[in-house]
Amino acid sequence: MKKEFKIISKIIQNNKRVLDVGCGDGTLMEYLKKNQKNDVRGLEPNKNLVQKCIAKGLSVIEGDAEKELIQFPEKSFDYVVLSQTLQAFLYPEKVLNQLLRIGKQTIISIPNFGYWKIRLHLLFKGTMPITKNIPYDWYNTPNLHMCTIQDFVNFCNNKNIKIDKSICLTNEKISEITNKNMSYKNIFSQLGVFLIQ
Amino acid sequence: MNNDTKDIKKLIIKQTLKLDCGKTIKDFSLAYETYGTLNEKKNNAVLAFHALTGDQFITNINPITKREGWWTFAVGPGKAIDTNKYFVICANVLGGCMGTFGPKEINPETSKIFGTDFPVITIKDIVAAQKFLLDHLGIKKLLAVVGGSMGGMQVLQFVSLYPDMACSAIPIACSASHSAQNIALNELGRQAIMADPNWKKENVTPDKGLAVARMAAHITYLSKKGLQEKFGRKLQDKGSLKFSFDADFQIESYLRYQGSAFVDRFDANSYLYITRAMDYFDLENQFNGNLSNAFKNTKSKFCVISFSSDWLYPTSENKEIVIALNACGANVGFVEINSDKGHDSFLLNVPEFLKTLSEFLNSTYNEINNEKRI
Repeated sequence: MKKEFKIISKIIQNNKRVLDVGCGDGTLMEYLKKNQKNDVRGLEPNKNLVQKCIAKGLSVIEGDAEKELIQFPEKSFDYVVLSQTLQAFLYPEKVLNQLLRIGKQTIISIPNFGYWKIRLHLLFKGTMPITKNIPYDWYNTPNLHMCTIQDFVNFCNNKNIKIDKSICLTNEKISEITNKNMSYKNIFSQLGVFLIQ
Repeated sequence: MNNDTKDIKKLIIKQTLKLDCGKTIKDFSLAYETYGTLNEKKNNAVLAFHALTGDQFITNINPITKREGWWTFAVGPGKAIDTNKYFVICANVLGGCMGTFGPKEINPETSKIFGTDFPVITIKDIVAAQKFLLDHLGIKKLLAVVGGSMGGMQVLQFVSLYPDMACSAIPIACSASHSAQNIALNELGRQAIMADPNWKKENVTPDKGLAVARMAAHITYLSKKGLQEKFGRKLQDKGSLKFSFDADFQIESYLRYQGSAFVDRFDANSYLYITRAMDYFDLENQFNGNLSNAFKNTKSKFCVISFSSDWLYPTSENKEIVIALNACGANVGFVEINSDKGHDSFLLNVPEFLKTLSEFLNSTYNEINNEKRI
């Protein structure tokens, strides 16, 4: 299981209800169900991946988060997880509001567009950055709304969204983001994981 | 129809069943079949519900019609609903014509067939009758309830009536309440039967009317694309148009065949009663306008399945079920299977569908067996 999922599963307490939005092939769900006795549900737009999840005995609904989240009642999950997908929505803010409505807490991860390699790519090559984590060309990328760790934190502050935990990941190394180290982490982290409510 | 159902397996239900219409029935027959073996723990039983024109002969050769069972693609040794592993139960619905108490049975009060003197039945009555069979078989908990179309409606009704009796529920290509379009199409079929001068006459059957009803219904089971690809404008005989009303086109000939084959195996009055039961089905209304309440106490794990080209019970209507289940926090998965075969997809060889069915059942089976070990 990838490091990011380890960070997320560590945040999630045992026996809690979890909704994994964009759950993919259900790797995280399966881990949470087996190892932490979490009651997990998933939402995934890709039919083939949904079928894979169902085969594993995971309850996953085929559907698009921008349309489907509205059906879940308020605070019906202890945690709602959204892994590296926020930037791919047409209206990320609306999706985020739904996540906050459904979950008592929301765990969200974002690929950091402020990572130094991305900055240098744009600065020196003058073309849209392509990295290991963001491997797309500008014309075929699903990522419509890239942001930096700083952008996301600013957004949360502006919208009065409480950040309970911020963790970053750089070359498989995990560390905390604090007010003090923010500018540094915004340059040297590839991924930010936030627990918000 | 000329089916002799004397020798098929039946349970005579001694208890009284109060029907939704207010009438009560007792000492009535329920024809059923079982496949596979019930294990010692009695935790491998799957109750499969048939659709409008199905019957209890779910797989193998139907001894009455001599044709393959209606769900042969899905049920059998090594198949999605694996009879080597599961104990599959299927009963002919109340109002049916394959041995269960229905309008073609003799009314003891008049010594004539019931015909339209048979009480109007509902999906709830149909499901309640099958509960007696489960009691008779000594099954307290089912591994799964499964069915497509009207079978799916029975699945939904079953879990709402008996919220802790099924570990899992698989409603396929169905709806929680019959839409105006569904009712309209059923009414078309009923009117075709009633317009036949032989309807309600003794010693004759309204074959023409029933055949037309079947032809109209059959179109609704297919998709436009499927029809176009299979038949297009192909002519029945290789020559040219005959400038007559014979079956010039293959599709006409196909439908006529479907109609005439159907009257050999189905009772026109059963068709009226069962389509009526479908039209009356409105689970939302049963639970005071809130479908979620139907599933409020459910312990079942759901897998809702729809088909992309099904316009009779479209994905949107299947999704209403998913939404209601989510609203009450039930355990639900949902997938729309890509298929050009229309509503009939659930009866046909659609590999993605059969795979999903097989894997979901298998995971449920493994889960309950693992739980017990702990």
